[in-house]
Parts: sequence; C-alpha cells; structure tokens
Amino acid sequence: MSSKTKKFTPVQQEYQELAKKHEPKRPVLINCVKAFLVGGTICIVGQAVQEMFVHLAGFDEKKASNPTVAVMIFISVVLTCFGIYDKLAQWAGAGSAVPVTGFANTMSSAAIEHRSEGLVLGVGGKMFKISGPVIVFGVVAAFVVGILHLIFNPGATGGGH
Amino acid sequence: MLKGHQSWLFDNNPVISGAAAIVGPFEGQGPLAQDFDIVHGDLRLGQDSWEKAERMLLEEAANLAIEKSGITKESINFLVGGDLMNQIISSTFAARTLQVPYIGVFGACSTSMESLAIAANLVNSRSAKYAMASACSHNATAEKQFRYPTEYGSQKPPTAQFSVTGAGVSIVTQQGKGPHVTSATMGRVVDMGITDPFNMGAAMAPAAVDTIQAHFRDFKIEPGYYDLIVTGDLSKVGYAIANEMFEKNKFPIQQTVYKDCGMMMYDYEKQKVQAGASGAGCSATVTYGHLLRRMREKELNRILVVATGALLSPISYQQGETIPCIAHAVSIENEVRQT
Repeated sequence: MSSKTKKFTPVQQEYQELAKKHEPKRPVLINCVKAFLVGGTICIVGQAVQEMFVHLAGFDEKKASNPTVAVMIFISVVLTCFGIYDKLAQWAGAGSAVPVTGFANTMSSAAIEHRSEGLVLGVGGKMFKISGPVIVFGVVAAFVVGILHLIFNPGATGGGH
Repeated sequence: MLKGHQSWLFDNNPVISGAAAIVGPFEGQGPLAQDFDIVHGDLRLGQDSWEKAERMLLEEAANLAIEKSGITKESINFLVGGDLMNQIISSTFAARTLQVPYIGVFGACSTSMESLAIAANLVNSRSAKYAMASACSHNATAEKQFRYPTEYGSQKPPTAQFSVTGAGVSIVTQQGKGPHVTSATMGRVVDMGITDPFNMGAAMAPAAVDTIQAHFRDFKIEPGYYDLIVTGDLSKVGYAIANEMFEKNKFPIQQTVYKDCGMMMYDYEKQKVQAGASGAGCSATVTYGHLLRRMREKELNRILVVATGALLSPISYQQGETIPCIAHAVSIENEVRQT
C-alpha cells in the first residue's frame, strides 16, 4: 500500500485523505451478524434436505450429500431466475455468497445475463465468468495441499479410499 | 464565441425547442416520476436483450422530442449523442434507425451536457438549423458491462451508485419557444488517484469542482447568477466532497442552491440505492424532465447543469489504473443573457 501511495502527487494524496473522510464505512459488525444468520439458515435448510434424503428416501448419510447439494443448487438457481437471490445478497453479504447456493448463483446469473449473446459464446463461454477463478484457484490450492500431504505424510497416500 | 479559456458563449441564443425524458420502472418509483414523459413498467421494454431496451429508450425519447418541438425528423441536421456502452452502440444503433446525420460522442455520464454543448455550438455558429442532443443509460447494460451480471448476488458498499435506466433528448434550434442554451464550459480530465469503481462520486467530485470554478472564472460572474447549480451524478459521497472542496477553495457556492441529480432521482428511504443515482441517463432525464419543467413554470430561470463522467473502462480498472474523470457545464436560461 505504501509503495502505491508514493506514486501519487501531494495534491492527489491530500485529496484522497479528504475523500476517505467522506467515505461511509461498511457496517462490518452488522454485516457479520447478517451473514451468520443467513448463512446459518441456508445450512439448516441444507441439513433438513439431507435428513429428508436419509430418513425418507433411504440414503445413507454420505450418499445423501450429493442429492442435497443438487437440491440446494436448484433452489438457488430458481431464486436467481426470479430475481430474488441478488436482493437477498445485498442484505446477507457473505451469508449468501459462501454456501454452495452462492456458487450456483454466480453461474446461473452469468448464464442468464449472457444468453442474448448465444448459447455457445454467450452461455457456454461466459457462464464461468465469476465462478471460473474459484475453480481455478480451488484446483491449484488442492494441488499444493496434495503435494504437501505427499511430502509430510507419504504413508497416507497410495492406499486409496 | 470563445470566452475565457475553455468556455463558449452562445450569443445567437439557441433555443431548446423540445425535450423528452423517458425512464424505466425503478426511476418511476422515485420522487421525480411525474416529470418524466414516459415511465416504462418493463425494464426490458419488451425487447429480447438489455442492449436493445436501452436503444429503444433512446429512439422513443428522440421521436418524442422531435414531436414536441414541432419539426420533422428530416429537418434535423445533426444528432449528437452518446452512452455508456462499448463503442456507444445504443446511440449509434438508434442513429441507424433515425437516419439523421450523426456525431457520436463519449464522455461517460457527462455525455448529456457534452452533447448539448456541442449541439448548441453547432446551432449557434449556424452550422446547423436543428441539432439533437442525446444521452442514455440502462441499469442492466451498465451493470453487465462495468460490474457483474444483474442477478449476481454481491453486496454493494455504501458508496455504490445505481445506474439510471433512462434517455434524455433535446432539440436545439436557432429560434423558437423554449429556454435558451446560453453558455457551456468544457472540462478537462481530472484524476485524483481514486481506484475504487464503487466510489465514483469521490472520483468525479474534483472534476466537477474544476469545471464549475473554470466556468465562473471564464464568464467573470458569481455563483449567485444562477438560481440552481446541479452536478450530474456525484451522489451523497461526491456531493459532500464537492461542498468541502468549494469551502476549501473559498468558492462562494452558498450564493446559490447547489444540488446533485444523483441525489434527486431516487427515494433513499424506500429505494435503498446506497449513495444515489448515476449514469448518462441520470443528468439527462433530470435536466430534460424535471429541471426544464421547473423552468417552464418559472420556478427556475437560470440554471447551470454540470454533468460529471468517470472515464474508466472495465479493463482499465482491472489493470489497477486510477479513474480519470471529467465534467461539462451548460447553462440554460429563460431569458437571453445580457452581455
């Protein structure tokens, strides 16, 4: 940060201080509480769906997670299509962005938005516009963690699950 | 006629003989709803893309302005217009439909007054009998191009502004009934090193102050000359900064009423728009709809509209560039200016 400010002239620096003074602060604490409530609620719904698959459809706990995620994604896509998810997100912040529903929202919103540019270049090409980095860096992170795992705990690999 | 360093005095008294302001549904819920010619209930205007909807807004506003000024489309010599889209497609494509000789301009949200200043200059210099000035923006096209998909759930910070869905068009003629475009001051690009695209007000405020001060320096008049000075879309944050800068520079803005179009468009309580409104359509529709109505009713007789624009592109801010900004001022008066 300090190396960045050095590039500015004294007049610019003085102005930036003035501008900073007028910048309303993000209500971090309230945002955290809202995120906790909404994120928690989404997770409770997810848990309820999972329990449903376990108790009503005879899945075991592990196998129930896949259809649960699918249901949550479906709910998120429907809410996105009806223009509700973005309004929820303005209130909820990270609470609606972090769960899998947020990820579904990034993809479906981009797909809807770029539909007018065609199925291939529009929907296909731009669907990952926002979620793409998450996948890229998720894979990179998994790779690094995998390597570390191999170095520090070689005995645990190779056995498979 | 050049006045001072960067201003034009329109001594042949060009007239705004007709103007139209058309907005979308969200603007129609705001406090200025009554002043717009048409409020659309459908954000898409029945089109199959946002871009087409924006173009449609502009075409409708153009046709309505032509009708109001009582001329035919064929008599218009030039359309001067711009918008926020890449390659200003809304204006260009509307010009294709209108089949009027076209001068495309880009000044981001300052386009509304940039186009009016050029149109007035063309008419004043007898380079045109009838010139049309236009600017438009659409919330969804702007979101899509500059930010995220419209349905993407991201939390906007309190400094964020809401792009107006609207188009404003005016017809400037050599004679006729209507208020006069009396002068214009063209701004220079000012960059104070703000990089946050969610804080445009702070980025643009210095440009507005620069142009306003240049205007009064060039014409050797005082702010009290005008009944109202409005900036385009500084909104809450930029407006507060501009006020402080005026005070710092000992510029007597308190002689007049100073407002901001970005703070007039929406109801902060009900509409939850963070800092306020923005977009080329913001100052265009507020000026051509609301302010001209108040001038017709003689509530206002002399106004100075200072449209502000942030000249960034999605690529420039992703590359970490600061946001260069500009402001253009145009004065509109009921009476001919005595010089």
